[in-house]
Amino acid sequence: MCGTCGCAGEADIRLLTPGVVDHEDHAHPHGDDEGRTVVLQEKVLARNDGLAQQNRNWLRARNVLAINLMSSPGAGKTTLLERTASDLAGRLVLGVIEGDQETALDAERIRRAGCRVVQVNTGTGCHLDAAMVGRALRSLDPPAGSVVVIENVGNLVCPALFDLGEACRVVLASVTEGADKPVKYPHMFAVADLVVISKTDLLPYLDFDLERCIADIGRVSPGANVLPVSARSGDGSGQWYDWLRDRVSRSASPGGRPPWNPPMA
Amino acid sequence: MPVHELAIAESVIDTVTERLPGAKVTCVHLEIGALSGVVPDSIRFCFDLATEGTDLAGARLEISEPPAQCRCRGCGTDFQPDGPIVLCPCGSPDVAVLSGEQLKIVSVSVA
Repeated sequence: MCGTCGCAGEADIRLLTPGVVDHEDHAHPHGDDEGRTVVLQEKVLARNDGLAQQNRNWLRARNVLAINLMSSPGAGKTTLLERTASDLAGRLVLGVIEGDQETALDAERIRRAGCRVVQVNTGTGCHLDAAMVGRALRSLDPPAGSVVVIENVGNLVCPALFDLGEACRVVLASVTEGADKPVKYPHMFAVADLVVISKTDLLPYLDFDLERCIADIGRVSPGANVLPVSARSGDGSGQWYDWLRDRVSRSASPGGRPPWNPPMA
Repeated sequence: MPVHELAIAESVIDTVTERLPGAKVTCVHLEIGALSGVVPDSIRFCFDLATEGTDLAGARLEISEPPAQCRCRGCGTDFQPDGPIVLCPCGSPDVAVLSGEQLKIVSVSVA
C-alpha cells in the first residue's frame, strides 16, 4: 500500500488540485475501480481551526481575554463563575458563554450573578465548536478590556479537540469525581493551562488523595498550573483571582485594556 | 450519537464536499495519529451513518494509524509512548511530541 495516499490498486489518472501536496515521488497507478485519486493532505479540523482563528482575531481586536472552561458535568464550573463574578464585581468585567445540551438554567444563574451571558444549546452535540462560539461572541458583544469565560459542555473527552479561539484553557476536576481523572482522561488535562481542583471543602469527607492527583496532573500536563479551590468556602479563590489577573495583564495590548481595578473599599 | 468522532466524520464530509463538489467519492483515506484523541474504530462505526445522503455515501474508509514519536527534552532519548500519557523512560514528562498528533484527510478516490 502506498504510504502517502493509502491506495492499494492500479490506476490511470491522478488529479492534483492547486495548493495541495503532490506525491510524485512515488507515482504509481491506481485501480480502475477507484477512478482517480485526489490528494488533499488537509487537517480534518481545518475548518474549525480557521473559524477559531477568526474568533481569536476578533477577541484580540476588542482586547478581550477568552477562557475555555472545561470539566465533566457537575464539577462546579458555574458555581466557580458565580463566586468569581460576585467577588470581583467592580474589579473585572466578566461575560459568559454557557454551553449545555439543553436549558438556560446556567445562563439564568450567571445573569443573577450580574454578568452578561449567552446560552448555547447544542442539542445532541457534546462540545462547543468555533462556529457556535463565533455566533455567541457577536451576540454577547463583550466590552473592551473584559474577560469572557466560555463554559463548555460538561464532558472530559470531546471539548479537548476543538479550538474555540480562546487565549487559555482551564480544566476543573472536582474532588468528588475521584483523584484518578487526570490519568483516565489525559487528552483533556494535557491541553490545560490551569487545572482547578474544585469542591475542596468536601475533602474531609472523602478518600481523595490530593497529592497524588496533583502529581498525576504534572505527569499528564507538565506545563499546567494546579490550584485547589472551594467556591463554597472561598479557600484558594484568591490564587484563582491572581492567576486570572496575571492572564489579563499578560494579554493586554499596549494602551488597550484598562488595568485590573483595585478592590472596592 | 454524542461523541466527537461523529463531528470528526462530519468535518471530513464537509471538507471533501467543499473541495470536490459533486464528485462521486469511492474511498476516503484518513490519517489518525495515536495521540490525536480520536478513536479510529469510532470513526469507522459512524462513517456510514454520517455519509448517508451525501456525495460520500457508500465510500470506503481507509485509516492509517501512525504511532506516536517523542523526544525527551531532558535526556534526549527518542521513544514511542505506549499510551496517551507521554512519559520518557527516564521518568520525565518534559517531552516533545514529534509525531502522532496528526488528524488529516490524506486523499480521496473519486469515480
